[in-house]
Amino acid sequence: MATQTLPRNEAPGVPAVRAARRPAWRRFRANGVAVGSAAFLLLMYAVAAAGALITPYPPNAVDIMNANARPSPAHWLGTDENGRDVLARLIAGARTTMTVGLIAMVIAIVIGACVGSAGGYLGGWADAVLMRFTDGMMAIPYFFLVLIVVAVFGSSLRNILVAIGVTSWMVVARIVRGDVLRYRGLDFVLAARALGARSGRILMRHIVPQAVPSIIVAATFGVANAILLESALSYLGLGIQAPQASWGNMLSNAQAYVWENPLLPIYPGFLILFTVLAYNFLGDALRDALDPRFKESDL
Amino acid sequence: MAGYVLRRLAQAVVLLWIVTVVTFALIHTAPGGPAMLQNPDLGREQIARFRANLGLDDPLPVQYGRWLRAALRGDFGRSYNTVEPVLRLVATRLPNTLLLTGLALGLAVLAAVPLGVASATRRNTPVDHAIAAVSFMGISTPVFWLGIVLIVVFSVQLRVLPAGGMYLVGAAFSVGDRLRHLLLPVFVLTIANLAEVTRYTRSAMIGALGEDYVRTAHAKGLPAAAVLFRHALRNALIPVITIVGVYLPRAVSATAITETVFSWPGMGQLAVQSAATRDYPVVLGATLAVAVFAVGSSLLTDLAYGLADPRIRLG
Repeated sequence: MATQTLPRNEAPGVPAVRAARRPAWRRFRANGVAVGSAAFLLLMYAVAAAGALITPYPPNAVDIMNANARPSPAHWLGTDENGRDVLARLIAGARTTMTVGLIAMVIAIVIGACVGSAGGYLGGWADAVLMRFTDGMMAIPYFFLVLIVVAVFGSSLRNILVAIGVTSWMVVARIVRGDVLRYRGLDFVLAARALGARSGRILMRHIVPQAVPSIIVAATFGVANAILLESALSYLGLGIQAPQASWGNMLSNAQAYVWENPLLPIYPGFLILFTVLAYNFLGDALRDALDPRFKESDL
Repeated sequence: MAGYVLRRLAQAVVLLWIVTVVTFALIHTAPGGPAMLQNPDLGREQIARFRANLGLDDPLPVQYGRWLRAALRGDFGRSYNTVEPVLRLVATRLPNTLLLTGLALGLAVLAAVPLGVASATRRNTPVDHAIAAVSFMGISTPVFWLGIVLIVVFSVQLRVLPAGGMYLVGAAFSVGDRLRHLLLPVFVLTIANLAEVTRYTRSAMIGALGEDYVRTAHAKGLPAAAVLFRHALRNALIPVITIVGVYLPRAVSATAITETVFSWPGMGQLAVQSAATRDYPVVLGATLAVAVFAVGSSLLTDLAYGLADPRIRLG
């Protein structure tokens, strides 16, 4: 094949950007921990998607006579204080927790990308106002901010998503703004403007795509934080409400019944830990592989 | 220098003003208003009278102006639920939160700096990988879950430590008793903060070790330990000071969650209770208090940064 005689980046028919990403994919695949993390997360999403198909019992089926049962062949992980099957609730909780993490982050990215690109591109007082607003949001310890938003909108699945989304866009906004500032004076942007492209098109087609690797990395860490936040809120009783299961609210019940059933807090806690850990490993590996100008201090 | 300090102070004041606007706007858009007014025992007329007395029927900007004018005089209003002045509520709880945050952050830095140095000087060795793995575990562990597990082990199973609270109810004050109650929450928070500071020290130290002056120090025959501690570490510590400032809002968040697990009477508990009942004055006061704390310490670390490194000219 003719292409094999050419250096990879000059392979005909392959857009330059795509070719440049290939080493990234190879670097990522060589990282065993990252591949393991990705596999674990895929498994969790598969469990969340399969949900009702694989659950041994309905997750909310109460069986008071059988409360706080030890693990047995009938209930692999035992039952909780209401006699509900722990495994079934973990599977139902996976659906809640994994969804919240992902969608909250999508909301955060959209807001962050809009604020950041508007600030960076418009510059001047618009930038100053937007960035001071961002600083103000960052100055409030995020937990208090989320608390207020949840108190305002009430706690339902949808509101938790919104609350976490509207309180965690600031990192993305700063990253995108930094990249927009960096690129808006470069030749390819000036060329696009000289060709008559309008501002919106320059932003969306030429500048924001440059920020994508940084956004992907920030988003991966962001999902980890969103999951931790959701579980903390649900643990405090301000998040996902009973009887709907989330790993966080399973923990708050578990603490109340810890004297009767000390095993209860173990399972949801480890699932949260492993999922968040997997996202953090993944984010770290993506940062190495994509090598964006994204520093820990940006967090 | 004086000009720089003044400008930073002015920025901090503007930032805090933005915080109050954001908080005020958010909390007042809550549908239903304060939970106190949803008491079924109240008649419609009584509710109307309460609303009028609290000024809740005025337009939002008017309400905000009234709150701000009073706040500037040091009057942050009274709790809707308990009628206690907000200032006193915050003043009794803030020290408890600062005690937890301060102890945990201090211990975390003391442990993290040696770990970060060990990790940076032994890059890509099993030691480095082990420290990295433990750091990732620390970042990924939900603080409240670690708290629950420790309660299960030390309070429920071994029965050696209290499961929560700040002191033994009914007993006279004793240092031993206070320490026993501090042990678990401080441990949980130290672990939570440790990971972040370790990773930051590591990358700062790797940066410092790559500098020319380190090579020069090696070249002139200084012992490795002297190069490490007198040249590299002293320079690497400067960014570590900043990260503590930047990181403080997150440390306060972790403290707030941990307080709830251990029923520690601090700002976290206050915020959770007041947000859940939409007790406007307390929510505003508590959020402003933690924001003042966070903004103030980031200001102080920036100034300390200038003092610690003569190369940095503030201004």
